[in-house]
Amino acid sequence: MLIITCPNCGPRPVEEFRFGGEIPQPPDSITDPFERDLDQVWMFTNVAGVQTERWFHDAGCHRWLTAARDTSIDRFVD
Amino acid sequence: MNEFVETLLELTWHEPKSSYDVVIIGGGGHGLATAYYLATQHGITNLAVLEADYIGSGNSGRNTTIIRANYGIPESIRFYQHSLDLYSTLEQETGCWIMHATKGLLWLAHTESAMRNERARAMLNTACGAETVLVDPTEIKALVPQIDLSGGGRYPVLGASYHIPASTARHDRVVWAYAQGAMQRGVHVLQNTPVTGLIRDGDRVVGVRTATGDISAGVVMSAVGGNVSQIAAHAGVRLPVRTHPLQAFVTNGYAQGFGPIISDTELLCYISQTARGQMLIGHEYDRETSYSLQSSFQFLQANAIKMSYLLPFVRDLKILRQWTGRCDVSADFSPIMGFTGVDGFVITTGWGTWGFKAIPAGGEAMAELIATGRTPELIEPFALSRFAADHTMADQGSTGTR
Repeated sequence: MLIITCPNCGPRPVEEFRFGGEIPQPPDSITDPFERDLDQVWMFTNVAGVQTERWFHDAGCHRWLTAARDTSIDRFVD
Repeated sequence: MNEFVETLLELTWHEPKSSYDVVIIGGGGHGLATAYYLATQHGITNLAVLEADYIGSGNSGRNTTIIRANYGIPESIRFYQHSLDLYSTLEQETGCWIMHATKGLLWLAHTESAMRNERARAMLNTACGAETVLVDPTEIKALVPQIDLSGGGRYPVLGASYHIPASTARHDRVVWAYAQGAMQRGVHVLQNTPVTGLIRDGDRVVGVRTATGDISAGVVMSAVGGNVSQIAAHAGVRLPVRTHPLQAFVTNGYAQGFGPIISDTELLCYISQTARGQMLIGHEYDRETSYSLQSSFQFLQANAIKMSYLLPFVRDLKILRQWTGRCDVSADFSPIMGFTGVDGFVITTGWGTWGFKAIPAGGEAMAELIATGRTPELIEPFALSRFAADHTMADQGSTGTR
């Protein structure tokens, strides 16, 4: 079972959290302002590796946290 | 040796050439169907389908084989209904038995608001050419005598929309039917050939890189499931796609017949009986994105409990096996088909939890797009450019995505 370490509540099971997705990061190669907005809203890097992402502690402190997870093996990394 | 295996033995496997008119990345249903229709309808046979593992080893071999068209927006209903029609004649067309069986699909409602949704769904489906009617609990009980209409006392069944032409087919046989049809017409299917990169000439994609050498191509199509974001990144294309795991399991054989497919968007699970009599039970996709194919006990527990509310007999069955696939879920839950904005690179992706049913129509449309250079009307609404144009096709029309 995945355990997420919440900064407020400590290590808690993943079922208590809601997944907030990867943090949008338009690549530097996109310079046009419209294209950057488009990328920010709709596009995902969807990396098969370490992803910086947001989680919401729904059944706990009701705060957002940022975590790094290796999506290729579904494990959190420090 | 059965007849099916014998037909496979007549296939000729080839070494890769250095150049093809068309290279398709991904030897699953969509890739092979596109190759098949390019060969049969457009006479393009100088093409190769590159598969990283064996054909059908990805999501084409992991889905729950349901074919239906009861979607929530007209564009989707028309597209999937066309696919359903193509499936119903696929055995005559390819000469391969795909174990196609029309079963009907019950989409259950447990609340008054869900009943309103299902009533609207039935009307919209009918208006767009998909046969769906509203049924009451008595009719549901007649179709599925095993059902507990009280839903274990917690999820009373108030009614359902009944999608009459919904069916199932054997997924590997669909993959092999298309592979066989394409290969008999001269298409090269290259297994164990993972694509490691795309060759670019300026802004154009002109070929693919593999471990065994470069292959140049007039058009490269990505029909990749799972790793599509990585393939598209080689062409500099960013996609509105996230990859989620989706799990399913089958039980041992259930001796009685079980007629229709049952789908429940409130409990987020669905069930059908396979040709072997096993009960095949699926679930919503895992909420966090991941490429891991690890199955979980949490999934089994949650899903088995939910299904036992509706169908108490499943409590007495044993779980035979469970598995996980990678779903490419697009930001608006509709597929993405067509041009990418990069010359020489076209894509079919975003097949999330609804790719199997779309194999014939998706393949046929992508073949026409590649052969003619124009987007067929049926898939125009599903172009990647819809996100920039602010014309998204929001339709969470599947149990997996509600």
